[in-house]
Amino acid sequence: MSASTLDRPVELGAAPPEPEPKKRIPRWVGVLAAIVVWILVWSFTKGHNTLYLAGLDLTDLHVKLAKLGAGLGNNAFTDSVNTAINAIVDFLSKLVALPSAPSPAPVIGWLGVTAIATWVGYALANWRIAVLVLASFLSFGIFGFWQDSMGLLVVTFVSVVLAVLLGLPLAILIGVSKRAATVITLLLDLLQTMPTFVYLIFVFILFGIGAPAAVICTLAYALPPIVRISGFAIRDTNPGVLEATDSYGQSTWQRLVKVQVPMARKTIILGLNQTILAALSMAIIASYVNGPGLGKPVLAALTQNDFGRGLVPGMLIVLMGIMLDRLTTAASERSELIARGGGENVKRRRVILGALLVPVAAAVWYSTYALNAAVFPESQLGTNVANAANKWMDATVASLSGPAGALKDAITYGLLNPMQALLSTSPWWLSFAAILIIGLIIGGRKALVPTLICLLGLRLLDVWFDSMVVLNMTLVATLLVMVLALFFGVWMARSKRADLIIRPILDAGQTIPAFVYLIPVLALFDSTRFTAIVAAIVYAAPAAIKLVADGVRGVNPGTVEAGRSVGQTTWQEITKVQLPMAKGSLVLATNQGLLYVLAMVVIGGLVGAGALGYDVIYGLAHQEASGKGMAAGLSIVLLGVMIDRITRAAAARAGAD
Amino acid sequence: MTESALHVEHLWKIFGPRADRIIGTPDAELSRSALKEKTGNVVGVKDVSFDVAPGEVFVVMGLSGSGKSTLVRLLTRLIEPTAGSVVMNGQDMTAASEAQLRDLRRNHVSMVFQHFGLLPHRSVIDNVAYGLEVRGVSKKDRRATAAQVTELVGLKGYEKSYPDQLSGGMQQRVGLARALAGDPDLLLFDEPFSALDPLIRRDMQNEVIRLHRELGKTMVFITHDLAEALKLGDRVLIMRDGEVVQIGRPDEVVGAPADDYVREFVSDVPKSHVLTLKWVMRPVSDEVGADSPVLPAHTVVREAARSVLANRGPVRVSEDGKIVGMVDDEDILRVVVAEED
Repeated sequence: MSASTLDRPVELGAAPPEPEPKKRIPRWVGVLAAIVVWILVWSFTKGHNTLYLAGLDLTDLHVKLAKLGAGLGNNAFTDSVNTAINAIVDFLSKLVALPSAPSPAPVIGWLGVTAIATWVGYALANWRIAVLVLASFLSFGIFGFWQDSMGLLVVTFVSVVLAVLLGLPLAILIGVSKRAATVITLLLDLLQTMPTFVYLIFVFILFGIGAPAAVICTLAYALPPIVRISGFAIRDTNPGVLEATDSYGQSTWQRLVKVQVPMARKTIILGLNQTILAALSMAIIASYVNGPGLGKPVLAALTQNDFGRGLVPGMLIVLMGIMLDRLTTAASERSELIARGGGENVKRRRVILGALLVPVAAAVWYSTYALNAAVFPESQLGTNVANAANKWMDATVASLSGPAGALKDAITYGLLNPMQALLSTSPWWLSFAAILIIGLIIGGRKALVPTLICLLGLRLLDVWFDSMVVLNMTLVATLLVMVLALFFGVWMARSKRADLIIRPILDAGQTIPAFVYLIPVLALFDSTRFTAIVAAIVYAAPAAIKLVADGVRGVNPGTVEAGRSVGQTTWQEITKVQLPMAKGSLVLATNQGLLYVLAMVVIGGLVGAGALGYDVIYGLAHQEASGKGMAAGLSIVLLGVMIDRITRAAAARAGAD
Repeated sequence: MTESALHVEHLWKIFGPRADRIIGTPDAELSRSALKEKTGNVVGVKDVSFDVAPGEVFVVMGLSGSGKSTLVRLLTRLIEPTAGSVVMNGQDMTAASEAQLRDLRRNHVSMVFQHFGLLPHRSVIDNVAYGLEVRGVSKKDRRATAAQVTELVGLKGYEKSYPDQLSGGMQQRVGLARALAGDPDLLLFDEPFSALDPLIRRDMQNEVIRLHRELGKTMVFITHDLAEALKLGDRVLIMRDGEVVQIGRPDEVVGAPADDYVREFVSDVPKSHVLTLKWVMRPVSDEVGADSPVLPAHTVVREAARSVLANRGPVRVSEDGKIVGMVDDEDILRVVVAEED
């Protein structure tokens, strides 16, 4: 019995519990009032003190930052990290991807690699997964991207291994120490809020370009999921079980290895799965620092605006993602089955696996000397698909440009422009105060300090105007994301079939690198803010939809049934039972939606959204502007932290209501 | 004082900030709600003292919120007490170091929980063996012991099942077996059967009675069910708002309730099942024949009824070899028939 429940149930005859104090004014009324005041003040002061900074203008601070950055790289630490990672990547690349001189092929040719991969698929999961692995590897070759695929696989593999080696100890630390949990969570928030291009700036400064830089920025992005998901799974072990096992006098170590970790095992593997997918999603970004892999051809296609030629390697990245996702999921399910002593005859399986090693070894051996088993035979398939895709794209753009334009105009003039006018043409002190007050109303006192610090930081970094533009795009995109999330999330939660159909699409959406869909979106909507918003929505919606769907499905079925028994309509069931009870998930989905959207901001800078994203990319390419790029990158981080803190504080308050 | 299996003295638990500064001040005398109002602290357990004799079944009974579950957790410091002492096995738990506490938990006291607290990723036998495992017993030995105990609680054949494959009653048998496997001196039960349906609950109560008869363990049993308390307990402690209201044998609680709260509580109990002849006898008078049968004073009325009614006159009641009173048909019937007095 915890302290909080002690005074809860009141015995009959005692005074009834005091009614919860009524909130005097609903929160949204307060927000609305703040906005009205904001608009009033804005109408008298607009256009003054907006701190607008033209694209190429720099401030003293930005110049100083650039100098500071130049002094950081090329020290003994970064050099040794570079050398170590280079050695590993080099070794693996020569083994499976790059020509290993004097031979024109890697040590193990495609036939051998495919055979090994298929065998691993069977060993970890089952024959269905083995077939999927086989088909995927053959596709890499048939579409003409064998070498790039293997390169990506190597970088992903090295990054994921490093992420696990670093991440699991951190996860355990979160699991056993509350203080560690607080500190680590804060750092992870930073890492996850920091859009990938911002890493690139720092990685670029510290490690230059090449495979090590690619591995490090992939690692930085892939680390948070495994730490966070596993850490909290370990932390959230059923308290009843913990108490019961504690009562038998287990030590902290026994508690960890016998209770917490085994009970969290499924979730830990989910964390690994998410880490792998996150690593893959960095494939293209990593090619910005000249990392090897499938990202390179996609990036090349983007710069040439060649949809078809980007589509094929892009789809191969997706295929690799699906393959790895299914493989880890199936492996986790199988290990669950084995752990519960069911399912199969372990001895027989071992014999089969052993016997299968013979053809695998034969394939490896054959691929080391026969050229047609070492280098994948040439094929025109990739080129043909690319040409067909381009033809189709041209036709689609021509026929869709009407409605697409209308949609763009509606959202641009109805939502984007008015909000942007308010946010960015207010004097900076007005936006500053307004954001602070709205944050306070939504998030409560807990949100006040972080919001204030972030706003001060934004002001100091000298890119205030661009920050407001970005904040505006983020809010609009998140609004649209939540509309989609509510619609599809509720639908998926209520219909098993809808879930079955939509979920794979969402999975694909999360795995498709942003650049791949950036090309068609760009073709449809031209180079504008709206394009960036659409890209952000496509990027953020899957996660938000899944969170809403899972939250609504997690609503106590007993309560839903009780409601049904008094004859509620479907609409009443959704609005009066499922959504209010899933409130926590909805807030979480909003929080994640905001962060995902923000993460796309830099990429948005590539396609005409300008503002902070453009500052970052320009800074990446121009030494003299790298200081402003850093400032812009940090500003994005601060925006992210601010949004995150406010929504989280709001979530905590929603939970307490 | 004779050697007791468990000795609890002035035990306090106050939840909230600066809880330790309240005891000893006039605030400690405030009622629970007044204290909460004044300081924001909630009293879970308030100055509780009792002794449990070896082999005794000691039941703590109270409604939800009375502090009984907190009390049982204070005994092994699953919740840290604010003040007071708990002595078991000659050792003061409240003063024990981490290592001593772990040793006591491993070897001397086991607990059965309302929501079972089983490990979902382990089979029945490995759940049962868990206490032995943390103690460091080898796999072979602990499996062997666990297999015996599993059979003892009637789960033979289910050793390789997993908790989620078993019904609630069977899961609680696993919990019971886990507690028994370590052969502890003291068993604690925290409302173990509250989550079970009535028939299963009755089976499990009988199971506990049987195990107690076979193994003779000292037990502290928490429940909110008065019938369960009276059925199982050698003695019953009634708690309310964290305080002890009454401690006594079942017949004392029913026959001489300490206050209106307890009286109200026990009013529905079938008294003939609980009261002994001691509670219904009258002083000996001439009516009783010198050759009439003699019954011990601790005979329950229901069991005495047949012989009293069969006898023509009153029956004599003895305690410690002396005749202390007599009962006649009237006395018996007043309890058996006129329950609603």
